[in-house]
Amino acid sequence: MKKTFELEDLDCANCARKMQEAVEKLDGVNSCSVNFMTQKMILDADDARFDDILKEAIKVMKKVEPDCTVLI
Amino acid sequence: MNIKLTRKQKKMLYRIIAAAVLMAAAAVVTRLIEMPMWAELIIYAVPYIIAGFDVLKTAFINMIHGQFFDEKFLMMVATIGAFGAGEYPEASAVMLFYQVGELFQSIAVGRSRKSISKLMDIRPDSATVIREGEEITVGPDEVDVGELIITRPGEKIPLDGVVEDGTSSVNTAALTGESAPVDVKYSDSVISGTVNLTGVIKVRTTSTFGESTVSKILELVENSSEKKAKVENFITKFAKVYTPCVVIAALLLGIIPPLILGIGSWEIWKTWLIRACVFLVVSCPCALVVSVPLSFFGGIGGAAREGVLIKGANYMESLASIDTVVFDKTGTLTKGVFAVEDIHPRDISKADLLDVAAACESFSSHPVAQSIVRAHGGHIEKDRITEVKEIAGKGIEAVIDGERYYCGNGGLMEMCGADYKDCHLTGTIIHVSKGSEYLGHIVINDEIKEDSARAVSELKKIGVKKIVMLTGDKEKVAKSVSEKLGLTEYHAELLPADKVTHIEELLNKSSRLAFAGDGINDAPVLMRADVGIAMGAMGSDAAIESADVVLMDDKPMGIVKAILIARKTMRIVKENVIFALGVKAIILILGALGIANMWIAVFGDVGVLILAILNAVRAMRIKK
Repeated sequence: MKKTFELEDLDCANCARKMQEAVEKLDGVNSCSVNFMTQKMILDADDARFDDILKEAIKVMKKVEPDCTVLI
Repeated sequence: MNIKLTRKQKKMLYRIIAAAVLMAAAAVVTRLIEMPMWAELIIYAVPYIIAGFDVLKTAFINMIHGQFFDEKFLMMVATIGAFGAGEYPEASAVMLFYQVGELFQSIAVGRSRKSISKLMDIRPDSATVIREGEEITVGPDEVDVGELIITRPGEKIPLDGVVEDGTSSVNTAALTGESAPVDVKYSDSVISGTVNLTGVIKVRTTSTFGESTVSKILELVENSSEKKAKVENFITKFAKVYTPCVVIAALLLGIIPPLILGIGSWEIWKTWLIRACVFLVVSCPCALVVSVPLSFFGGIGGAAREGVLIKGANYMESLASIDTVVFDKTGTLTKGVFAVEDIHPRDISKADLLDVAAACESFSSHPVAQSIVRAHGGHIEKDRITEVKEIAGKGIEAVIDGERYYCGNGGLMEMCGADYKDCHLTGTIIHVSKGSEYLGHIVINDEIKEDSARAVSELKKIGVKKIVMLTGDKEKVAKSVSEKLGLTEYHAELLPADKVTHIEELLNKSSRLAFAGDGINDAPVLMRADVGIAMGAMGSDAAIESADVVLMDDKPMGIVKAILIARKTMRIVKENVIFALGVKAIILILGALGIANMWIAVFGDVGVLILAILNAVRAMRIKK
């Protein structure tokens, strides 16, 4: 399943890149793109565990950039 | 310039101003009054904390999470290091300027994002639908296919559809970049996202909102940044190794030289500590990481405003170095619509010849026949025609006002025994005879588009070496079109499979090849080319899906625009990469030698970032 999420207060491009890398490493994530320009994240992950993976993704993103929030 | 700041940005701005004022005051006070080190430290620490407390907080959290290569963490280490070395003003200033850079970046990016979404301000907000005789305003996504919607002057047409009642003119500028309005009347199709200018029209919808042209375009532009250019991938890889390398270098610089040069001397330790801090200040690859995607985003947005949709930064890169452009003929260089080019009568007037031909052809639905009827324009009295027979592959035999006429190709003339003559012009020739008496012929051609010739000459001017036409049409026709347009090469009488073979051959001989077609039946060729360009894509889903670059209008000049925009964007990207890398490299070298101080390092970080962003924003502006 592929879903797009809006991000708020994503302030630095380097962080966006690091967030993307961190999420891509998670188990069950097929692909992820954190777009600084559009302030959006596109997450492609296993259907069955999507919600869990999303939670996990938000957690690692918080670790990289505490200011940035994912709008669900 | 009217800049609206968000609340967060405003707060930051006030903090920066406050910190700057206090810093200036600190500089004056320490100059005038002799005071102990600790007092100076406190005077400079106040603006430092006002400017940077959030950086320190985030840095601290990141440190706990083990993120040692985080830019905020590194900024903290660098500034604290500078305080430790007794460089109080520098330490404060680095933090202050770092925040200025962050604020600037946030404003610049926010602004360009907004202006791009404004360019693409084609999303309709509502639709007025007629249900059970009443007009109701609903969201465009609540309208089903086949419902009747009504739009008034000044409104955006919310969904694709066909006009059922009323006439108006429609502004398609937001989609095509073409400012001349288009007239629409009963049975004409209209495209979502265009603006109704003059009259009230009722439209029967042909798509849901999700499937409509406007949604497809918006989706395409927003997703275009997913397809990364090679430069972008390079930057990503570079950013990954750059920071750790610089940090390690800083560590080594801060420890090894003092160990060798004088382990006991605080002065030596201090000198090298400052040099290490200089390294840390320039350790963020931010300028590159921000400005490269910003340039591409701007270029793609600017192109979209011109009616050129580029599906990704990678295609931008390819477009910039195109040296071969291959065109399909019908519908691309030519209008794809037959039209009467000339009438050559023998012993009767042109009007009479056309009259007879139109009468004969009035029962046929063949495109050539239709073009004759269109050229005639007037009313054809069908009562005059008493007998019509179609002779397959040859033409038509008809009895008009009691006389037998033949209207068709040379074969038909031979059949009826008319003494016909072939024309010196190329195209489709329709001969007409009355019994065996030859009346003359009509020359029909697929018209060349108005701007095809200009597009070809402009392409040559901007350095495209080969301009090739591939067509399934006859050799004679292809040759004439090719000569009229000044193409460098053409291949005629090709089957669809032959086109692919020719493209592959041309691909081998060129560095980058673009193929432009109408996107309907040349999908395999579009896919095979380095850049597949679909023309006249308004309302054609197939084209939007299979091509890499989509021209919203029918004009070959769009290809010239696309190439120029791509080249400008690539130039900006290259400038930024070279500038940012160059400045950082120089500062690293000078810093290691002790020539570059903290002030220069701040420029290397924030100054470069700001200049790179300003340069990137240029990509969005497109000269008319």
